[in-house]
Amino acid sequence: MTNSAAVVNDLRVNRGGRDVLKGITFKIESGTVTGLLGPSGCGKTTLMRALVGVQIVEGGEITVLGKPAGHKELRSRIGYATQNPAIYPDITVTEALTYFASVLRAPASDVSRVIDEVDLTSHADAIIGQLSGGQLSRANLAVALLGKPELLILDEPTVGLDPVLRDELWKLFTELSQRGVTLLVSSHVMDEATRCEHLLLLREGDLLASESPDELRDRTGETDLERAFLRLIKDTVP
Amino acid sequence: MTVMNPAITLATTRRILTQLRHDHRTLALMIIMPSLLLTLLRYVFNDEQTFSRAAPALLAVFPFAIMFIVTSVTTLRERTTATLERLMTLPLAKLDLLFGYAIAFGLIAIAQVAVATTISLTWLGLSITGSVWLLGAIAVLDALLGTALGLFASAFARTEFQAVQFMPAFVMPQVLLCGLFAPRDSMATVLDWISDVMPLSYAVDALTQVTHSTEVDGTLVKNLLIVAGCALAALVLGAATLRRRTP
Repeated sequence: MTNSAAVVNDLRVNRGGRDVLKGITFKIESGTVTGLLGPSGCGKTTLMRALVGVQIVEGGEITVLGKPAGHKELRSRIGYATQNPAIYPDITVTEALTYFASVLRAPASDVSRVIDEVDLTSHADAIIGQLSGGQLSRANLAVALLGKPELLILDEPTVGLDPVLRDELWKLFTELSQRGVTLLVSSHVMDEATRCEHLLLLREGDLLASESPDELRDRTGETDLERAFLRLIKDTVP
Repeated sequence: MTVMNPAITLATTRRILTQLRHDHRTLALMIIMPSLLLTLLRYVFNDEQTFSRAAPALLAVFPFAIMFIVTSVTTLRERTTATLERLMTLPLAKLDLLFGYAIAFGLIAIAQVAVATTISLTWLGLSITGSVWLLGAIAVLDALLGTALGLFASAFARTEFQAVQFMPAFVMPQVLLCGLFAPRDSMATVLDWISDVMPLSYAVDALTQVTHSTEVDGTLVKNLLIVAGCALAALVLGAATLRRRTP
């Protein structure tokens, strides 16, 4: 048995004639928070979609929770939140979550649990289309937390949130990982990298680093992760 | 292929009805529109007998057309808001989604047809020889056919603007050729053939028969089976157009 939640080997994705992922290889250890970082357009979302199994890939192997990515058994074991909210705008937060909970065959009590976890209790009966941007992205995140996901794949979950909420969500992520849930969280904000146990740095479809923040600091001789990332880019680009 | 799960299908139906419940205007338009159009037609003819000849066919055509357009736009919205992609990552069978839609809109169709038939038979003076219940059941089946074709057609639309234009493309030829404007066997031979492969023709034939006779014979059953078969085929084809993996 493996203690890797995901093993990716030489993953290549081509979208519309452009190589979006150029053969990347890495592992995600179970029960950790892994940060997926890189500038916008570097392939973060494509990589996440490939792990969820909704991306047509050109080559390489992806094993997620011991199964090939996209295996139907994985559909109730992975929680996925896209960057653009994928949630019905014309019904209330509770109504939408109740629906997704039934699809996942999760208990009805899950709905109020996840609403509480993303701090939307005061807006539980609000129509989703009338929520603010930050509330909307939290409602979107709540869907991914329904049921008992073993792996959470969260695409920019903290975008547009104020620092207090961001801090609370990161506390939630840490708490989830202590319960044994594996998290892959993408961000283009470097200060969120310090919250992760492991980092994947992606640039233009290449994986520049797959290591812990400390290893990255040691390797580059920089204390600041943003500067460390810049140093890596300078060193790899001829 | 994921196996359908009745609980998930019905949860989908409930969610779609909840969406409609929040949208009073759409719900009102869907339920009242065929009745308004039939009322309009009654006074266009300004004669109960002429109206009685055309109305049964239109009890099929109006719900069919309205359900087609509403369904194709609604499902397209599910595609463009990325909720479809999210659902495809969840343990939901493609047919759960399509039957969820079909049941939800089928229930709306029952309300729509009930109102239209009641108004036609009472206030507008429609008289039929056959069973009123059978008339209603056929009209609901036609609305379901419209729903199923709308679900299927939405797969070929990228935008709501395109989806709306499928209405003239998918629906109008069927309306023109279904025997409403001229008996099918009096049309140019090629058009007669084309009308033979259009499901709405069988629906209108069935309704015409119920209007004129109390007999439930093999032809009527055959016509209804064809309509139901086409609706089912459109749903299954619609499921085949849904992709879990996309480029």
